[in-house]
Amino acid sequence: MSYQGKKNIPRITSDRLIIKGGKIVNDDQSFYADIYIEDGIIKQIGENLIVPGGVKTIDAYGHLVIPGGIDVNTCLHMPYLGMTPADGFYHGTKAALAGGTTMIIDHVLPEPGTSLLVAYDQWRELADSKSCCDYSLHVDITRWHESLTEELEALIKDKGVNSFLVFMAYKDKYQCTDSQMYEIFGIIRELGAIAQVHAENGDIIEEEQKRLLESGITGPEGHVLSRPEEVETEAVYRAITIAKQANCPLYVTKVMSKGAADVIAQAKRKGMVVYGEPISASLGTDGSHYWSKNWAKAAAFVTSPPLSQDTTTPDYLNSLLSCGDLQVTGSAHCTFSTAQKAVGKDNFTLIPEGTNGIEERMSIIWDRSVTTGKMDENEFVAVTSTNAAKIFNLYPRKGRIAVGSDADLVIWNPKEMKIISAKTHNLAIEYNIFEGMECLGAPVVVMSQGKIILEDGKLHVTEGSGRFIPRKTFPDFVYKRIKARNRMADIRGVPRGLYDGPVHDVTTATKAVASTPSCRGSSCPGKAQMAPLRNLHQSGFTLSGNQMDDHIPRRTTQRIVAPPGGRSNITSLS
Amino acid sequence: MSVTGYQGKKSIPRITSDRLLIKGGRIINDDQSFYADIYLEDGLIKQIGENLIVPGGVKTIEANGRMVLPGGIDVNTYLQKPYHGTTTVDDFYQGTMAALAGGTTMIIDHVVPEPGGSLLAAFEKWHEAADKKTCCDYSLHVDITQWHEGVKEELEILVQDKGITSFQVYMAYTEGFQMTDSQLYEAFTFLKGLGAVVQVHAENGDLIAQEQNKILSMGITGPEGHVLSRPEELESEAVFRAITIGNRINCPVYITKVMSKSAADIIAQARKKGAVAFGEPVTASLGTDGTHYWSKNWSKAAAFVTSPPLSPDPTTPDHLNSLLACGDLQVTGTAHCAYSTAQKAIGKDNFTLIPEGTNGIEERMSIVWDKAVAVGKMDENQFVAVTSTNAAKIFNLYPRKGRIAVGSDADIVIWDPDKIKIISAKTQNSALEYNIFEGMECRGGPLVVVSQGKIVFEDGKLHVLQGMGRFIPRKPFPEYVYQRIKTRNKRMEMLGVSRGMYDGPVYDVPATPKYVTPSPSAKSSPTKNQSPPIRNLHQSNFSLSGEPPSSALPWEASRQLEGYNNTSKHYKHTAIIGAQIDDNIPRRSGHRIVNPPGGRSNITSLG
Repeated sequence: MSYQGKKNIPRITSDRLIIKGGKIVNDDQSFYADIYIEDGIIKQIGENLIVPGGVKTIDAYGHLVIPGGIDVNTCLHMPYLGMTPADGFYHGTKAALAGGTTMIIDHVLPEPGTSLLVAYDQWRELADSKSCCDYSLHVDITRWHESLTEELEALIKDKGVNSFLVFMAYKDKYQCTDSQMYEIFGIIRELGAIAQVHAENGDIIEEEQKRLLESGITGPEGHVLSRPEEVETEAVYRAITIAKQANCPLYVTKVMSKGAADVIAQAKRKGMVVYGEPISASLGTDGSHYWSKNWAKAAAFVTSPPLSQDTTTPDYLNSLLSCGDLQVTGSAHCTFSTAQKAVGKDNFTLIPEGTNGIEERMSIIWDRSVTTGKMDENEFVAVTSTNAAKIFNLYPRKGRIAVGSDADLVIWNPKEMKIISAKTHNLAIEYNIFEGMECLGAPVVVMSQGKIILEDGKLHVTEGSGRFIPRKTFPDFVYKRIKARNRMADIRGVPRGLYDGPVHDVTTATKAVASTPSCRGSSCPGKAQMAPLRNLHQSGFTLSGNQMDDHIPRRTTQRIVAPPGGRSNITSLS
Repeated sequence: MSVTGYQGKKSIPRITSDRLLIKGGRIINDDQSFYADIYLEDGLIKQIGENLIVPGGVKTIEANGRMVLPGGIDVNTYLQKPYHGTTTVDDFYQGTMAALAGGTTMIIDHVVPEPGGSLLAAFEKWHEAADKKTCCDYSLHVDITQWHEGVKEELEILVQDKGITSFQVYMAYTEGFQMTDSQLYEAFTFLKGLGAVVQVHAENGDLIAQEQNKILSMGITGPEGHVLSRPEELESEAVFRAITIGNRINCPVYITKVMSKSAADIIAQARKKGAVAFGEPVTASLGTDGTHYWSKNWSKAAAFVTSPPLSPDPTTPDHLNSLLACGDLQVTGTAHCAYSTAQKAIGKDNFTLIPEGTNGIEERMSIVWDKAVAVGKMDENQFVAVTSTNAAKIFNLYPRKGRIAVGSDADIVIWDPDKIKIISAKTQNSALEYNIFEGMECRGGPLVVVSQGKIVFEDGKLHVLQGMGRFIPRKPFPEYVYQRIKTRNKRMEMLGVSRGMYDGPVYDVPATPKYVTPSPSAKSSPTKNQSPPIRNLHQSNFSLSGEPPSSALPWEASRQLEGYNNTSKHYKHTAIIGAQIDDNIPRRSGHRIVNPPGGRSNITSLG
């Protein structure tokens, strides 16, 4: 297929595989068929396939065969005060594969004010050498200035990046003003990329943080107290408003609260092209743990926007995910060890932010949504893989089991029970925010690029085997509607004759105002001018309509002055 | 009654001789209607009842069963707003005259200081002008056109000594007035401390500026550009943000000029969630819509220019009247700010220069009656509430104003619900040569208007004296607004969690921030060099808050306390996270294991 060939890695081409007897689950339908895989690509689907001899056969009887998960939000190399997360690209992608996720899209976070391209190259280099599964990159715009336009163009046209994150929080660090967001959204729309937004009102947060620290609250509960749900909801609402003005598709990362999810759902109902991404943490747990007496445990939950204190939130978000109001799931996996988190032991604002979830994502959604009957297996595939592939223009190479698609497959056992624990997870951190949670549904076999990665509970990963998947602009799933609206949205002025009535003369007045910019003159600069101006206001000129003022008695006490210059040019006004 | 305490700030002797008896009227307050006579003396209501004993020779007005209402309060006027060195053609005299003719006996005008200028000086200027010119009682809001530390002192003086307890902040006008969210937060916090009412001009100024540039660059310069550059969403967004900020601080928020359905809906929703928020639709948004911006007649289109603009959605007035009737919106103003067509024409080649403002001071009561009462949306008592009583409560004028009761000011309107009037620039009392409601037929209007116990409007004729209006000072912490706020203040104290000191290892950062600053350019990979030492630390087998057994207990306990929602499942309490039992896990075998530096001791000893 034409998708292939960007970075062919010869060592996997010899793999030939047939998966027999499984039920293939795509986002639109499920059916029983065998799958033949060669060169990392699905070559045939059907029954009684004719395949070369000596091909390895995988038995999938009684299981589901689903497209590998796509985790649209990871931060495996997010720098913070010179630290990087404990799970780098190697551990992170290994854990992803163990959980049934065969592709990640990681966030490139440049230092504010530095080159996006340099940061991109740095991430590429790291990920190419470490990543165990295919990956792609979002680039975060940490400080906007005009000159970045060129870099955005270069990233989009030459580097295969088609999604950019802007921050509405982190004042004086990453935060964008509304004007900047409008500008960025405009450019992004022109270039056909996706605008992602970290939606929290940074101004309010900063004030709240000051207030809390002053009142002596320094523990992790301060994190959630300073970032209440409303602050997230407000920013989501604002981001949608700005995107609407710029006619730019919007993607809200990390939907953590009911309020934020509701705003997205309402906006969709009003016709906005907007996508919302809840993450493993918000779908699987809540923010009550910030009040844990154990500092290390409470700190483990610190992420932004924070988990909601409302314990009914996970259930609600799962429901919205099921009905299509929210579309994709990520993990925002960004794991700092407890020692790293402890940097903020005396000040919650210094705790590095991020939770785990890359490994648990698929199982948590299956457990919370599918086993409870909220969604079916096809919807499960949609929210864990297909929709992400469509939005980020990876479809149908990823996100679908079809001839020609990448052989990223998961054989899923809906009956397998797993207990999530830091003791058994594949991460480098010593805690797990889902500790002790029992999840029904787990992968039994995971296949990436046609190679078996997980089988019989054992992982076989190769560091650096993951390929960078470049993405094209203008994903149809997102931009078809935007393009149509662009054509419709032409604003037209009203053709009118020239206004030729009298015009109040401001030239002298503005000069006078400009010459007294100091606050001192506020006593009455306008007063002195009032007298001559007054007459002009009440002149008896005719509008282009009919002004029949002349015979109105109440005006008799006022001086009537003939309009200076009458209908002639305004410049003759004295 | 405690009411009398309000009196005496500036008693004007010339009206004290007026004695008046209103006979046979039906008194309408916001809570009930009843038949009674009213006896007025010295500008106050002295007696209410039947068969009143009054001095001989008192002038009597026969109300003949007509409604007798508390005079209207217009909470939002701009009778002296400067614009490029010019001011509105309706000044305090012309404007209040029109107000009285429409049944409004009190206005609250906005003081608009120059950005950066002294609020006190501006207040004095407005105060002086209004004292000389107004024909009805008035009070003032002060707009905070720029936020800086020095403003705080002036605000304190205004609240404590000058009787000003409401202040407007702007979320729009990037060229001058606009505040950032941080400033709003500070301003709200400070004003709440003073017990003031925070008013918000809610529009997203940043986006407006962008849209204006875009629209001008497309060659659209006419008044339609005004509404195109200020779409409804920008108003509702700002309303949402203002209320969010207000909620954070537990500060009441008053939204001036609710012009669109979505903005009104946001306020209604917020109130349903418990926010102390108030919304003020104005005559223009209740009586007409924004389709006129597309008028071929430039001066007509320009006449409608105000901010936030009138919504092009023609169903807006109906919706706003409904919300007003059900209590989701509470008060009505006019934002009367009348610039003549010649003044509007300053922006004839550029809509952003058109001075903003519409008329409405005279039409307000009739339009609300016609659109809401005459069609059956609200009853006469609600009418009194939204045109007078609620305003008096919010701005702490109640029960001196906003109610017909013994001891209240004698600001009274005899209302004829059947009077039909056609609004026209030809017959209005404003100095404008146009009227945005031109040709509208309104049912309901005042027959007699009494201000300070004097008849100022009767038989269609005005009898006013320039300068007879008094400044009504107001006290902070209006009960109607602040009672709930005070209770919530007590309840909202945030408590931290009392924990033992975290005494596990701490990642050593002090060196790194220093390291980052000298090399701001992210050249090759500064973090890379550091990752090996960092990595080891992550995977060290240190124990959290103590030895595994002891650390296990708090984990256990907390987990049992908090629990996960899923009741159908059980926890394996044997799975203790606190215990770091990494040693036997094969996947970690590849990494170097480093002993925790310092062990259980103080973190400062960390290498």
